[in-house]
Amino acid sequence: MDGMRGRWASIVEDPGGTSLVGLLLAAAIAVPILNQLVPASSAFHVSTYLLTLIGKYLCYAMLAMAVDLVWGYCGILSLGHAAFFTLGGYAMGMYLMRQIGARGVYGNPVLPDFMVFLNWDKLPWFWYGFNHFGFAMLMVVLVPALLALVFGWLAFRSRVTGVYLSIMTQALSYAMMLAFFRNDMGFGGNNGFTDFKDLLGFDLHKDSTRVVLFVATAVALAAAYRACRAITASRAGRVIRAIRDAESRTRFLGYRVESYKLWTFVFSAVLAGIAGALYVPQVGIINPSEFAPINSIEVVIWVAVGGRGTLIGAVAGAVLVNYAKTFFTGALPEVWLYALGAMFVLTTLFLPRGIMGLIPRASNAR
Amino acid sequence: MRWRAAGRQLVWLLLAAVLCSTPALAQTPDEAFLASLGELREASFADKEQIAVRLIDSRHPRAHDVLSALLDDRLYFRASDMAVFITKTAGENAASLELVDPLTLKDAGSSPTDALTKIGTNNRLRRSLRIAVARFDLANPDPGVRLAAVTEMLRSLDESGAALLKERAGVETDPGVKAEIDIGLALSALDGTDTPARLAAISALAGRPRQQVRNRLALLLDKNPDGTYVEPDESVRAAAAAAVSRIDRARTLYGGVETLFFGLSLGSVLVLAAIGLAITFGVMGVINMAHGELMMLGAYTTYVVQTLMPQHIGASILVAIPAAFLVAGLAGVILERSIIRFLYGRPLETLLATFGVSLVLQQLVRSIFTANNRDVETPAWMSGTLQLGDALAITYNRLYIVIFTMIVFAILLAVLRRTKLGLEIRAVSQNRAMARAMGIRSEWVDAMTFGLGSGIAGVAGVALSQLTNVGPNLGQSYIIDSFMVVVFGGVGNLWGTLIGGMSMGIVNKLLEPYAGAVLGKIFVLVALILFIQSRPRGLFPQTGRAAENQ
Repeated sequence: MDGMRGRWASIVEDPGGTSLVGLLLAAAIAVPILNQLVPASSAFHVSTYLLTLIGKYLCYAMLAMAVDLVWGYCGILSLGHAAFFTLGGYAMGMYLMRQIGARGVYGNPVLPDFMVFLNWDKLPWFWYGFNHFGFAMLMVVLVPALLALVFGWLAFRSRVTGVYLSIMTQALSYAMMLAFFRNDMGFGGNNGFTDFKDLLGFDLHKDSTRVVLFVATAVALAAAYRACRAITASRAGRVIRAIRDAESRTRFLGYRVESYKLWTFVFSAVLAGIAGALYVPQVGIINPSEFAPINSIEVVIWVAVGGRGTLIGAVAGAVLVNYAKTFFTGALPEVWLYALGAMFVLTTLFLPRGIMGLIPRASNAR
Repeated sequence: MRWRAAGRQLVWLLLAAVLCSTPALAQTPDEAFLASLGELREASFADKEQIAVRLIDSRHPRAHDVLSALLDDRLYFRASDMAVFITKTAGENAASLELVDPLTLKDAGSSPTDALTKIGTNNRLRRSLRIAVARFDLANPDPGVRLAAVTEMLRSLDESGAALLKERAGVETDPGVKAEIDIGLALSALDGTDTPARLAAISALAGRPRQQVRNRLALLLDKNPDGTYVEPDESVRAAAAAAVSRIDRARTLYGGVETLFFGLSLGSVLVLAAIGLAITFGVMGVINMAHGELMMLGAYTTYVVQTLMPQHIGASILVAIPAAFLVAGLAGVILERSIIRFLYGRPLETLLATFGVSLVLQQLVRSIFTANNRDVETPAWMSGTLQLGDALAITYNRLYIVIFTMIVFAILLAVLRRTKLGLEIRAVSQNRAMARAMGIRSEWVDAMTFGLGSGIAGVAGVALSQLTNVGPNLGQSYIIDSFMVVVFGGVGNLWGTLIGGMSMGIVNKLLEPYAGAVLGKIFVLVALILFIQSRPRGLFPQTGRAAENQ
């Protein structure tokens, strides 16, 4: 099968993905119109609150896709993906903090407020460069990638697998949370970063900026989907799935299992970091509690509910579960944890392939 | 009939007459005591001092209580009948105070604070009262009371106090009290001018490595603002410097022992939390993320048991241990039968499902007990400190946790090694098919194993309720640490869990002074992550056929 035909075939054989990308692009066009041009009195008007909420869901969907790539396709259950997400978010947050400039409470043109509050007289070295958007975006990609690379290299090389790996990733995320809670780390302690003013000169509180962020998120998610799809539909993707199903056999067949796992893991961490970077300007805050192990585990349940091993399932699961969360925490706050807990139990017991498992064609296409 | 009634009346009259006339003849000690108390109401501060001396000289058994109450601002009189009372607390801001009869020391009801007038003291009076109370205590037959009195006097030792100690030193027989008095005498000798006596005092004090002694000796080495020494005598300075450095060395040593003990007690908590997990995870290969919540159930059981028997806090802990074992064990069996048994061989799914259960359990206790932390009282026999030497104090609750962990560990080890259930558990975990062929009901063994592990978690919860807040998040904060301990020690190995937990506790406490508690913990976590890279199966890996199935 030559390259052209293979690419063509992957699009043709992926009607779900095509409709997902189509849906995302349609949303990227329609939602801004419904927000900006349709009057607020109309039933079709999309409020900025709703727009930001959907944007948040799309960030979560991207994170879920990252987890699905390593868990659903490669069999690595990461309970620490929130760490990569949060690191990306912090990198974006650092840029946004530098953008505040002299408009902070203390009016210091260089130092963010919390550093003035801690009586620091100069910027720590790791804050250099974050006033440039390009550098910050590079860090959004590089920092999670580097952490994933080091951790993954150590873990996969010594063949830490299965549950052990899950617990290690969880411990990693937990250690990061403890570290970022410390004021001395230079990341704002338990308050984290907030009170952002603008991004690339655009006021973050303006509706138009939020619309642009929404469009960027939708497009990024569509691109992420295409990238993941390209990986999973490729030859490497088949090796990755082989590792999930029979790691030792794949190794004995001569594939370098560790490398495949490592690069999948790193790519997934980068996706999570980008999702975090898109998330922060939309919600307007980032703090160490985002590292909490429960967040990582929640992502896993989004994927499980949607159907692991299907990228569309991850997106659907993230949106559905988060919509349920928004609904329950608003209407019946006490019930939410019961519902989430029940979701964990029932999906694993009765829906091992998630919602996508209910659709016969999608499950065959695995 | 009438005669008899009249006769009885006569007897009563006579009796009453006798009873009434007695006090008039001679005042009983109690009467005199109450009379002196009455005088306190109106007396000037100088007169109060006189009355205090009189009370002491009377050797009345309650004089001590009354004088210490006066010292603590707990002596009041009631405006309505001028009766003097001791109050249980000193709080003048409270709306009402609980009263105690000064003669019988029995409860005498309570009274609104407005209706009471405090019998006041001034500094001079308090000083002499303190000496008076100490003098009283020094004569107490109980050496513990005498020791406490001397310790109290050492806090602010003045000339009269030193004189009192000197007087007491001649008659004291208890070695502990005598040693304490010697410290006091040596400290007061430092203030003197006689150089040989001061040198002797310094060399005596050098063997007592306590903060107070060190501070007093260090004062001798201070300099005036103009650079000259406060202490003019060079030989005294040299002796003091030597003594201070000797004390510092001793304190460092004791500090090391203390850190080791803190590490052991923290390690015990980790072991307690992890050992149930070592069974469910290690022996059965089941990842139970709800393990922390089973501990939480144990802690809440302790709370419920205490509220059921508020009069017997001391015994409630002993009742709570089996109760928590049963509650958590039962929850574990239900969990195993209803969920986990469908997921054997799928560890990642088990992890997710049990995580869901943990969320439900957390919300359940929030619904029942609200989200607020619950107060679990520490029984009297578990509070307080054990003083070993001058510089080493060990709190009883930490000590008991260490002992308790050892007992639980020993019992668990015995159950696994010596009982039929233990034999079956080991058989099923090593080779399920073969065990079934031998007639072992493996399903029943699974449920019992899980129940055992969960029950131990409940017992750990009882211990945790004595150390931390009992709230819905209690379990979450321990789950990662517990997994770390099991993974570090080596899955399927109880000894590994013990050694892993203890060494993690000690390393944590060793790092704490240099890195702070949080950073120390981060170091330990990162070190563990690195450790697992080089030994993926922990400190004590399982060997043989069972290891293959993991």
